[in-house]
Amino acid sequence: MSANLTLLVVMGVLYACGIYLLLERSLTRVLLGLMLLTNATNILLLTTGGYAGLAPLVAKDIPADAYNDPLPQALILTSIVISLAVTAVMLGLIYRSWQLGRVDEVQDDAEDKRVAEQHGFDVEDDSHVAAETTEFVPQEDESVTQDDGAQPGLFDDEGTS
Amino acid sequence: MLIILVLHFVVALVAPVGFRWLGRNAFYVLALVPAGSFLWLLTQHDGAYSPGAIERNVQWIPQLGLSLDFRLDPLSWVMCLLVLGVGALVLAYCARYFKKRDAGLGAFGAELLAFAGVMFGLVTANNLLLMYIFWELTSVLSYLLIGYSRHRLAARRAALQALVVTTLGGLAMLVGLILLGVSAGSYRLTDVLAKGPELLGNGGGLMINTAIVLVLMGAVSKSALFPFHFWLPGAMAAPTPVSAYLHAAAMVKAGVYLVARLAPGYSASSYWQWCVLVLGLGTMLLGGWRALREHDLKLILAYGTVSQLGFLTVMVGLGTQAAALAGLALLLAHGLFKATLFLVVGIIDHQTGTRDIRLLSGVFSSAPVLGVVALVAAASMAGIPPLAGFVAKESALDALLGNAGNSAVGVMALTAVVLGSVLTFAYSARFIWGGFAPKSGISTTNFKPVPLTFLAAPLVLSVGSVVYGCWPGAVDGWLAPYAAQFGPQEESSHVALWHGLTPALGLSGAIIVAGIVLFVSRTAVGTAMDRLPQGPNADSVYRRVVAVLDDVAIAVTGRTQRGSLFFYLAVILSTSIVLAWLAILWGGQPLAKVYVIDPGSPVQLLAGAVTVAGGLAAARANKRFLAVLMVSVSGYGIALIFALQGAPDLALTQMLVETVVLIAFVLAMRTLPARLRERTAGTRRAIRIVIGVAFGITMVVVALTAMAGRTAVPISTAFAQLAYQDGGGANIVNVTLVDIRAWDTFGEISVLAIAATGVASLIFVRGRGDRLQPASTAPTGSVGRTEQSPGHQHRDIATLELSRRFATADSDAWLVGGRTLAPERRSIIFEVATRLVFHSMIIFSVYLLLAGHNSPGGGFAGGLMAGLALAIRYLAGGRFELGEAAPVRAGVMLGGGLGLAALTALFPLLLGGDVFQSAILHFTLPVFGDIKFATATFFDIGVYLVVVGLVLDILRSLGAEVDSQQEAS
Repeated sequence: MSANLTLLVVMGVLYACGIYLLLERSLTRVLLGLMLLTNATNILLLTTGGYAGLAPLVAKDIPADAYNDPLPQALILTSIVISLAVTAVMLGLIYRSWQLGRVDEVQDDAEDKRVAEQHGFDVEDDSHVAAETTEFVPQEDESVTQDDGAQPGLFDDEGTS
Repeated sequence: MLIILVLHFVVALVAPVGFRWLGRNAFYVLALVPAGSFLWLLTQHDGAYSPGAIERNVQWIPQLGLSLDFRLDPLSWVMCLLVLGVGALVLAYCARYFKKRDAGLGAFGAELLAFAGVMFGLVTANNLLLMYIFWELTSVLSYLLIGYSRHRLAARRAALQALVVTTLGGLAMLVGLILLGVSAGSYRLTDVLAKGPELLGNGGGLMINTAIVLVLMGAVSKSALFPFHFWLPGAMAAPTPVSAYLHAAAMVKAGVYLVARLAPGYSASSYWQWCVLVLGLGTMLLGGWRALREHDLKLILAYGTVSQLGFLTVMVGLGTQAAALAGLALLLAHGLFKATLFLVVGIIDHQTGTRDIRLLSGVFSSAPVLGVVALVAAASMAGIPPLAGFVAKESALDALLGNAGNSAVGVMALTAVVLGSVLTFAYSARFIWGGFAPKSGISTTNFKPVPLTFLAAPLVLSVGSVVYGCWPGAVDGWLAPYAAQFGPQEESSHVALWHGLTPALGLSGAIIVAGIVLFVSRTAVGTAMDRLPQGPNADSVYRRVVAVLDDVAIAVTGRTQRGSLFFYLAVILSTSIVLAWLAILWGGQPLAKVYVIDPGSPVQLLAGAVTVAGGLAAARANKRFLAVLMVSVSGYGIALIFALQGAPDLALTQMLVETVVLIAFVLAMRTLPARLRERTAGTRRAIRIVIGVAFGITMVVVALTAMAGRTAVPISTAFAQLAYQDGGGANIVNVTLVDIRAWDTFGEISVLAIAATGVASLIFVRGRGDRLQPASTAPTGSVGRTEQSPGHQHRDIATLELSRRFATADSDAWLVGGRTLAPERRSIIFEVATRLVFHSMIIFSVYLLLAGHNSPGGGFAGGLMAGLALAIRYLAGGRFELGEAAPVRAGVMLGGGLGLAALTALFPLLLGGDVFQSAILHFTLPVFGDIKFATATFFDIGVYLVVVGLVLDILRSLGAEVDSQQEAS
């Protein structure tokens, strides 16, 4: 099928503007960018319907292909109303963000930055642990008596046979 | 067999309760489970040794080849002896090893008992995947058991290390097992083994050799062979009973068991032989060498175990009848003496508080019985007659001698084993000397008398070593059927105490002499060892590898997860652009033919220009409301495009939505500053422009390619007839929404309901605010009163006073809520206009809803129209007016709408139809005449209600609630 270049160009410009706004820091601009993207997508769907035609209202003596394709129209209708809902939620977010923090910007995630800057050393993993030679910690176990003469480390098996 | 397995798990589950009642003595009750199973096992001897063995099969997931197949054959039977017997003794030993007030005993006992059950399952499983499940369960339980002392860092770290290493091997093994199962065409172990010789024909394919190496990797990691041997000494941080059971008798034998299990089918592979021989012999020497250098009794045993595991793997992996027999004989002997020794160390540690041989002295004189038990076990380990270790080692040497005649590899194996045995003798002697001998310069270690109940378990095990050594005939009978699988040889070998004056006996004697020399000259040897260059320590290599992994993970995370939305989006969008272009260029799809002016709607160019202008202006705008307005301009432009294209429904809905969005924007943004943040400049801006433009162009090209690819007739050409005849409506788009694609719409209105709730919950910080206040509760002129601040112009103040004087009528002139507004906020024209149009709009919305089935309109458009009517009431009369205008709460609307839609979906089921099936009713009404009514209209009413609910939620949240928050602040 052949394509309507006018509509495609309109779509392309809206996509470009939408992406440009989406990449902004201001939350309001991000939302506007999202709306432009929705509009661009709706036009993309519309172009798949082909040439302009009659409104898809069934009447006698009109062949089925004389109507503008109703399927993309149904999809677009869904899309329009969904975008209303999304816009409303985003507006709620923007208002709340402003109300609580006086912020109208997308902020960098501090937690991610902390992860990136952390050191590879971890106490649980990497600290030095002395070798243990008993499971029974002396303070807790009255049965253990350390001989005063026996000092750990002084005696090796060498020369003590 | 299944009952035994289930019994272990069930008792393990209720074990913590038992510990609450009985304290540590509950270990005795737990020990009864494996002990009873052990007795059951003895009664099963004849069945297991019958030609068909004992099999139990339960289907589980047959599609995956996964079924609960169990098989008790001679090899399993022998393994079970060890698993259940040692398991019962170790559990009984725990009852005295732990102190009464030790914490967490319930969980510990449960884990240890469950472990015995899992090991039983592992050695009896007759399905590769089932065995793998048990295999990994042992890893998990071992993790929990090693980490019993969770307050000790060393224990936690050792547990994790053991888990990581064995799971790494386990995963490799899983791949190997699947390859093996796929090659053999079955996951049943018996089938896989039977297929072995066929698969290995012609040297075997790449697949089968890979499978063998991967499976052996699992065995090697589990049995702590080089290069994974380091986790076993690390795991000595576990309580000693755990070391005795898991790290001597049971879990580490799983790898040996796997090798023994697969050897009859696959030991002929040269990959198998090289893996088993090199790693096994290397481990035997390395472990023995390290054991001579340790000072901790437990570490001496741990390295000794590593060494012996290498030895065992070589013997069971060699694949000759004599070697297999000797391997299993060694396996049993090792289980007996090594468990004994660990339990002895546990007693020493318990009674003296140390395991360091530099601190222990003269223990033998304090505890002669314990000393004898240890002496017997150590002698067995060293290979002194007439004990189990000697008998088994005899037959091993015999087998290796037989093998040595064939090849240089055989000679190498024999030499290495003899050297390893010398080391074994030396560290066995060092263990006894270190643990029990009196040493000059160290005063005698204080040693509490050992109660007999504590000593019982090692005592029984050492008696086992003696009995096995003196009367090896029974053991020979148990093992011979397994060994016979390796085919008849010229002269079948036997396990026996006295073979006559054989070369093997000579080697045994030589080993003992050399071992004594090595032990006596230990001072000189120790000095020599210290002079040798130290190779890299496997444990520190592991730590370094993990540290490098950590660093790499942090570096990769830091590079990719920067926390910047701009960065993420830029990467995602660039990727999508590049991928799309790659597909376009590689795919070689032609572009669609294009036309610029649609003959059906030439005015489209103009509408397009308006839309583009709106979009560009929005991108450049620096003022908030200007930007919003520009986006609206582009939105209205699109509505025009829809109308020209032949889509009246879309045009109508788009117009209404744009209007509602504009109102919502104004309401939400009135508290934000008028100016937008300065647009980011510099490189970032350039990047944004480049990505934006590239994305736009890409989408145009993608659309052209996609449309060129379209060849079939659209399915929607059938929609006209479907809609009219089956759906009973002339408006194809509407019938599509409420009937043909009703599922889509149902999903959509669910999203709307969620979004509406989301908006409300974002704005209503305290409480749901579900019920709007009636106007009668508000005093006149109270809403939105302007503060008289000195900043006002004189003229403004005068206007304010004037309006207040005239417009405080205490009556509801036009709107119910109008009087509640502050006079300066009221607009009499707006109020009058609202009063005029509100009811007309509501009627029109109902008309749109009901007529939508045949002409433009429908639930969406109707709902939006009703929502707009409410918005006008709110804007004219303030938030109390909204309460008066909305007949029911927003939540009720949303819920009612969804409920109605769901009922429409389900009702046809009652009549025997399908979900969402619609019917057309014909009836005659007076005045209206014949009526044709499609039941799908009920669904549309549900949609209508949800949309009204959404708009109402937007108004009461972004409107009314924000109002009262502003007034409050």
